[in-house]
Amino acid sequence: MSQALVPRSRSLVRRAMGARSPVWRVDGVLLVAVMALSVIGTLLVWSSTRTWAAGAPTGMVMKHVLNLAIGWVLCGIAALADRRTLRIYAPAVYGVSLLGLLAVITPLGSTINGSHSWILLGGGFAVQPSELAKPALILMLCALLAEPARGTDRPRTLDLVLCAAAAAIAMGLVMLQPDFGTTMVLAVITGAIMIFAGLRKRYIAALGALAGAGAAAVWLLGLLKPYQIARFTAFINPANDPRGAGYNSTQSLIAIGSGELFGKGLFHGGQTTGRFVPEQHTDFIFTVAGEEFGFLGAVTVVALLGVVLLRGLRIARRSEDRFSAMVVGGIVCWFAFQTFVNVGMTIGIMPITGVPLPFVSYGGTATFANMIALGLIQAVHIRERPF
Amino acid sequence: MNRVRARLVVLQFLVLTLLTVLTVRLWQVQVVRGPHFVVAATETRTRDVIVPAVRGPILDASGRPLVRNRTALVVSVDRAELERMPDGGMAVLKRLGAVLGRPVKELRERIRPCGPHVTRPCWPGSLYSPIPIDDKVSPREALQILERQEDFPGVNAEVQAVREYPLGTGASQTLGYLQPVTEEELKKRSKLKANFSGVDLVGRDGLEYVYDEALRGSPGLRRVQVDRMGKVLGVERQTSPVPGDILITNMDANVQRVVDRALATAMKNAPRADGAAAVVLDVKTGGVIAIGSVPTYDPKVWAGGISEKDYQHLLSEKAGLPLVSRATHGQYAPGSTFKVSSVSAMIRDGYPLKGKYDCPGVYDVAGTAFHNFHGIGLGVLDLHMALVKSCDTIFYKAAYEMWKRDGGLKPVPRPKEPMTATAKAFGFGRKTGIDLPGEVPGRIPGRAWKKEMWAATRHTSCARAKTGYPEVEKKNPGRAAYLKRLANENCLEGFEWKAAEAANLSIGQGDVLVTPLQLAAAYAALVGDGRLRSPRIAKAVVSPDGTHVREIKAPVTGRLPVTKETRDYIRRALSEVTSDGTAAGAFGGFPMNVVKIGGKTGTAEVYGKEDTSWFASFAPAEDPRFVVVVTVSQGGQGAMAAAPAAREIYEGIYGIKGTAALPGGKPAGRLPKIRRDGTVVQ
Repeated sequence: MSQALVPRSRSLVRRAMGARSPVWRVDGVLLVAVMALSVIGTLLVWSSTRTWAAGAPTGMVMKHVLNLAIGWVLCGIAALADRRTLRIYAPAVYGVSLLGLLAVITPLGSTINGSHSWILLGGGFAVQPSELAKPALILMLCALLAEPARGTDRPRTLDLVLCAAAAAIAMGLVMLQPDFGTTMVLAVITGAIMIFAGLRKRYIAALGALAGAGAAAVWLLGLLKPYQIARFTAFINPANDPRGAGYNSTQSLIAIGSGELFGKGLFHGGQTTGRFVPEQHTDFIFTVAGEEFGFLGAVTVVALLGVVLLRGLRIARRSEDRFSAMVVGGIVCWFAFQTFVNVGMTIGIMPITGVPLPFVSYGGTATFANMIALGLIQAVHIRERPF
Repeated sequence: MNRVRARLVVLQFLVLTLLTVLTVRLWQVQVVRGPHFVVAATETRTRDVIVPAVRGPILDASGRPLVRNRTALVVSVDRAELERMPDGGMAVLKRLGAVLGRPVKELRERIRPCGPHVTRPCWPGSLYSPIPIDDKVSPREALQILERQEDFPGVNAEVQAVREYPLGTGASQTLGYLQPVTEEELKKRSKLKANFSGVDLVGRDGLEYVYDEALRGSPGLRRVQVDRMGKVLGVERQTSPVPGDILITNMDANVQRVVDRALATAMKNAPRADGAAAVVLDVKTGGVIAIGSVPTYDPKVWAGGISEKDYQHLLSEKAGLPLVSRATHGQYAPGSTFKVSSVSAMIRDGYPLKGKYDCPGVYDVAGTAFHNFHGIGLGVLDLHMALVKSCDTIFYKAAYEMWKRDGGLKPVPRPKEPMTATAKAFGFGRKTGIDLPGEVPGRIPGRAWKKEMWAATRHTSCARAKTGYPEVEKKNPGRAAYLKRLANENCLEGFEWKAAEAANLSIGQGDVLVTPLQLAAAYAALVGDGRLRSPRIAKAVVSPDGTHVREIKAPVTGRLPVTKETRDYIRRALSEVTSDGTAAGAFGGFPMNVVKIGGKTGTAEVYGKEDTSWFASFAPAEDPRFVVVVTVSQGGQGAMAAAPAAREIYEGIYGIKGTAALPGGKPAGRLPKIRRDGTVVQ
């Protein structure tokens, strides 16, 4: 073998740190905002789980830190991805995520907290394929709709049908778990990407009508479990059943409201310490922020999430590439929806739905999915930025 | 690409809107309504545990307990928690009944709230407080309950202080009793609310009622932080309970026992007696050394919830209303014991103190013959002998003369009414103001009183004058006719103060009513320094560590309208009653050389009943220290029932037979010393 046949390769470290390295071309504001959210999330997870078991008050927060670490690595990998590669691999990613969702409904799946959404990996680790389905579906839909109809900037009808089918399969599988919140997220993502792709206004109206009809059908056909109906009625009037379905809503309002302007201080929230709000480290983590950091802290969290969303939109708008812009737009929609639904339910303006708060809630798979999505946004930023 | 961008701009607008909505709502929840949620959070997060204060004991003048605390294991039930159970807590009550060895029915009855149609046993206190259902639990039973809390949700066993009464039935009306504070009381008395927990007991009668605020102390509050499951996470705030003050009384436990015994004997010896009372006063201070009333009851029936049977017994006329103290609530015509007031009235009106008065067997008062006792004339007497022998006609005559001087049936503009005015100056006809609840004022009739009565009863009297008394007529036609005549008279001339009424008043008969306590206070003033005092049972309120002492003195409420000379004259006269007068028989053989007793018997006639027996006395006769007044309702003559009882009391005080209740014949002088730890140096 001769030396000449081996290509000259610079070391990975030098490539990563070199002057033309993508590391220097990430969106710093977005990065810092997400880092801040991760730190706040870590503190909140710590505060809400430190009372769990005597002797192991840091068990959960350590796991959260580990999840974040893995998440940042995944983010880095995703940031290096090239849009062409992503488009090519999108069907594969989508297919793998469907397999994951299928596995959940086979005996491989497990039920945690009443939701059959998990695959246990052993060692206390578990994955939630429905979380990974979110970025996978975004990639798949954007790949399908990346090419507009010839000579227009409208999507091709066939692509739209394929899109609808891909989304329906994913949503159907998630619905089987059942995970109503994630289904809603997938529906919003699908609708948003179709709209970005240039769906005509009358179709958008039709889509809206379809969503309304779907909701009505779900309601009238009794596809919702009684507890889900109860949550909606409790949302409309929490005082109806303050110990039952309205309990979460009432308690999270009490926790957040009692934080007042400045909060009670980290680890000093009595409602958090007494664990009056259920699922306080995951879906209701915002209540900890509200109680312990007060209005100022809660608004900071909302503002940081706003920075992530607006920064994402800025990157999407600056993108010269239809696929990239749609991927980032879809991700922003996903985060925006989860942010609004999650924070909204804790302050009584949305019904209780099981969606985590991006970058803040505890949850391994959700963290991974969020970080991958962040990586994808950064990847678009890196590629699109002229240098 | 432009369309994508355009739609991204729309999305951006949407995102900004949503972020604004969240921020505004957060402001609303956290800043605008924040204080409301802070209150709600405190309510959900904390539980207030009331640590009851130990109620102060009630001691006698030497520091012996009259009411003390015994610690007891008390099992209580949280009614609210039982009601939340699907079966209303039946299963828990069944298990509890098995442990305590009581039928479930009884437990259920004890925890039901009292109401207009719910009779005892029932719970009269607050529905939000634990209801004690057993205060005689063995440690073993308590442990069974505490160790198996999962089987006994809402049931608790804890050490509590329970009132104990070493005197038994003695002075029970005076000491009073405790009952759970009611919801209404908590609502009504806003100041008490902060000091009361629902489990608190409140003094309902006697000293427990009057000195409730001092005895109660203030309960501690432990605000604990709990989690969602009610598990206690820690103490957020704690204030220790402050034990109640110690109430030191002028009473003497030994004398009280003597009094109780004497009253019991008197009741036994007078077959028709339906009640009796005795008061022992300290002449020098106005303190109440002993106060007894029979029928009585054992106040321990109140502890841990009274049974229906006991409660009905306490309220029943047949049992003689044992809850009512006859010393302060019993009103009787005083009979001849009243003559000390009449003599004073005569002297005040200008009758010579050392004069001679004729005591015929019969005296004619405005056409009606008024008789001496048994109609016997005693010849010419001085006032001294008039008192010793209890002549009536001298007083009839004086009263009739006074009445005539006031204008008789057509009174002068400002009648002097010496008898009525003097009686009022002796403290009769108004409350003595003793530190006991619900005292009655008695009654001193006179011209003004008649007018008031007439105004109030005229309507009824006139109606009765027409209709008569058909309901009485069937049984007793004679009496019905008499009543009808009386009604007619009252209708037409009820405002008139008649000569006969004036005559009757002068010997303590007719409409005059006094309480044993009033008589005792009047005699104490008469044989003492002439100052009328409002008797006091309490002597001092002492803080639980003995450092803070608030002494209570019997306030002077008036001065007798007689000179020292007259008072001494009367006292010396009464001093011979026990040797040469009406009480000579009762005191036969009493060692007057040890201590000389003075006194006045009284026999008051009551229509349709046996006479009320009185003996108002003092000792030592030369320099009186004690006043002892005994009344036996339906006891017969004063010399027969009341005087022997008084003798028994003196024998006990001075130790004529056996040990002296008050060695040296002196009540305890200095207050008993309370040590820092609250123990009493006796």
